[in-house]
Amino acid sequence: MTNAEALNSPVEPAEWRLPSRGAVAVICLILTETALFMIFVVAYLYYIGKSLSGPYPSEVLETPVIATVCLLSSSLTIVLAERAFGRANAGGFRLWWAGTIVLGAVFLALTAVEWRRLITGPGLTISANLFGTTFYSLVGLHASHVIVGLILLTLTMILFLLRRVRPEHGERIKLISWYWHFVDGVWVVVFTVVYLIGR
Amino acid sequence: MYIGSGLVFFVIAGLLASVMRLQLAVPNNGVVSPQVFNRLFTMHGTTMVFLVGMPIIAGMMNYLVPLMIGARDMAFPRLNAFGFWMFFFGGLLLYFSYLAGPGISGAGSAPDVGWFAYTPLTARAFSRGNSTDYWSLSLLVTGVGSIVSAINVIATAVSLRCKGMKMMRMPLFVWLSIITSFMILLALPPLSAAQIMLQLDRFLGSRFFDTQAGGSAVLWQHFFWIFGHPEVYILMIPAFACLSEIVPVFSRKPIFGYPIMVAATVMIGFISVSVWAHHMFTIGMTSVGNTFFAISTFMVAVPTGIKIFNWLGTMYGGKLRFEPPMLFCIGFLFQFLIAGLTGVMLGMAPFDWQLHDSYFVVAHFHYTLVGGFLFGIFAGIYYWYPKAVGRMLDRRLGFWHFWLIAIGFHLTFDPQHFAGILGMPRRIYTYDEGRGWEVYNLISSVGVIAQAAGIMCFVVNLIRSYWKGEPAGEDPWDAWTLEWSTTSPPPEYNFETLPVVRSSRPLWDLKHPEDPDWRYE
Repeated sequence: MTNAEALNSPVEPAEWRLPSRGAVAVICLILTETALFMIFVVAYLYYIGKSLSGPYPSEVLETPVIATVCLLSSSLTIVLAERAFGRANAGGFRLWWAGTIVLGAVFLALTAVEWRRLITGPGLTISANLFGTTFYSLVGLHASHVIVGLILLTLTMILFLLRRVRPEHGERIKLISWYWHFVDGVWVVVFTVVYLIGR
Repeated sequence: MYIGSGLVFFVIAGLLASVMRLQLAVPNNGVVSPQVFNRLFTMHGTTMVFLVGMPIIAGMMNYLVPLMIGARDMAFPRLNAFGFWMFFFGGLLLYFSYLAGPGISGAGSAPDVGWFAYTPLTARAFSRGNSTDYWSLSLLVTGVGSIVSAINVIATAVSLRCKGMKMMRMPLFVWLSIITSFMILLALPPLSAAQIMLQLDRFLGSRFFDTQAGGSAVLWQHFFWIFGHPEVYILMIPAFACLSEIVPVFSRKPIFGYPIMVAATVMIGFISVSVWAHHMFTIGMTSVGNTFFAISTFMVAVPTGIKIFNWLGTMYGGKLRFEPPMLFCIGFLFQFLIAGLTGVMLGMAPFDWQLHDSYFVVAHFHYTLVGGFLFGIFAGIYYWYPKAVGRMLDRRLGFWHFWLIAIGFHLTFDPQHFAGILGMPRRIYTYDEGRGWEVYNLISSVGVIAQAAGIMCFVVNLIRSYWKGEPAGEDPWDAWTLEWSTTSPPPEYNFETLPVVRSSRPLWDLKHPEDPDWRYE
């Protein structure tokens, strides 16, 4: 029995459209990463107020306003870049996509500066106390995801400049931007937990 | 490759267990030292769960899902390969620990902290050397492989179904593969998170589980079991899936209650993430905590019980054929039922307070994993081997395999319930006479011989039938799902033309055009 035969049946829906595999995969990736971050967030929340010795959050934390503005704006710039791509506006795409990369890089740089201040100043390290442990692990996990995102964005930029990115790759651009929005969303949660609730 | 490697690790882990049973056969035995014994049970458990269970289910899902939905391949074939190699190298990393340096007794530095590696035993101060690190890192690596495989399965089953295959027409195996994969997505990250935290503690001096700094060693247990309990359902649901395909075919009846089977499995998925602390009844949670987890544990038995009734309902009034796949399914039904009952018993917190970490628990989980999972997988292998290889497995050897392993399984694990109730703790390398444990341990150890003989029949069968088995043809079992419409083995592209289906049993429709399923569905 071959399957060229009457497995074909007369009456079936003419439209057979399924979600794209890339979209499903990225959604699953976001789900699984969310689960990963949740555990570090739970650890952070559980250990609030339990450090036996300083430095304590209220003493040493400074709200990272500029860094947050940069990262959140990068979600805006990436949307603008996507729109430009959809309209085949190469110049616009280059501008806003590069802008996203720059804003993400500034966020990382400011995080690094902040960490340096915390380590050399009040001496907050990952082994100092529970606050140090949970702070660096949670913020660090987020930062590592920003780095991965920046790598993806930069690779795309390079491929675009080499003229290897064509209009039909619009969906892949969209999926990368989904990942970037996810990283942004995680920062909102981390910021809330660390700088609002935890202080 | 997944299944083959999984079976190789199975034999290795089985040998580790055989040495343990040899050591425990009589009181005050001296076959191995306590340190070696600790490594044995750690490696046995870790291997069986992560290097046997997980790859076998991954292999089955990756092989069968495309065939069952009428697709040419997985959604991301290279991701499939990546996942396999992550598992494989993670496994090698774990076993490299044996070679990686002189252990305290010269037997290598394999991990010896138990398969769930509680803190603070795994802290740097108490686990010198790198054996715990091998354990931790290899699980991080294999964990990535599992997650990646899960993403692939979901993307495939959602996006690559052939025309007409609506979600409620998919084979139950595919539905259960999707559910398993979602559980992997949500349950593996807690394990990875815990491993990262452990490594940070061990190498960077962080304080996650450091009680001296105000941290909580019990936090590890919470994170581990938030992974660990869904993990056992992740292992079991593919075994349920095998049953859901095989029992109907060998009862010559469609599955009883397809929609409820889907719903019950989804419920198992949800409830199973709420029961984790039934592994922790003895750590001193509040009574509210204990009660909550006891009740959720009872609740998860409900959808599981529904599934058992549905399999029985499928068999009732059917024309049963007792081929090897069906024998293993029947063994599964009997044994998994008992396992479920002992599980509910352990779910009663005060009962668990007496039996936590005793051989009663060991008996319970081996009943689920060997009596349940392994029998389900054997059923699946006997059923689908002809499709994958093109030759039938030898029937007589199949019967020998079944009966030897059934008898051996019961000889080994039934007495352990009683040893546990009489107070025998788990993870001890020997025991004194005069406690009444001797006879149970002896019978338990004798059972290993029968199990080993059964496994040997199985291995011989697998290898011999590859060249000398009876040619299978496309559809040796007269089954109804799409994988049976290709040649055996299928070509690399699975289907010449992608099929179009109108019911959940497309091959029944083809074979019985006068009475097709789509009139009733």
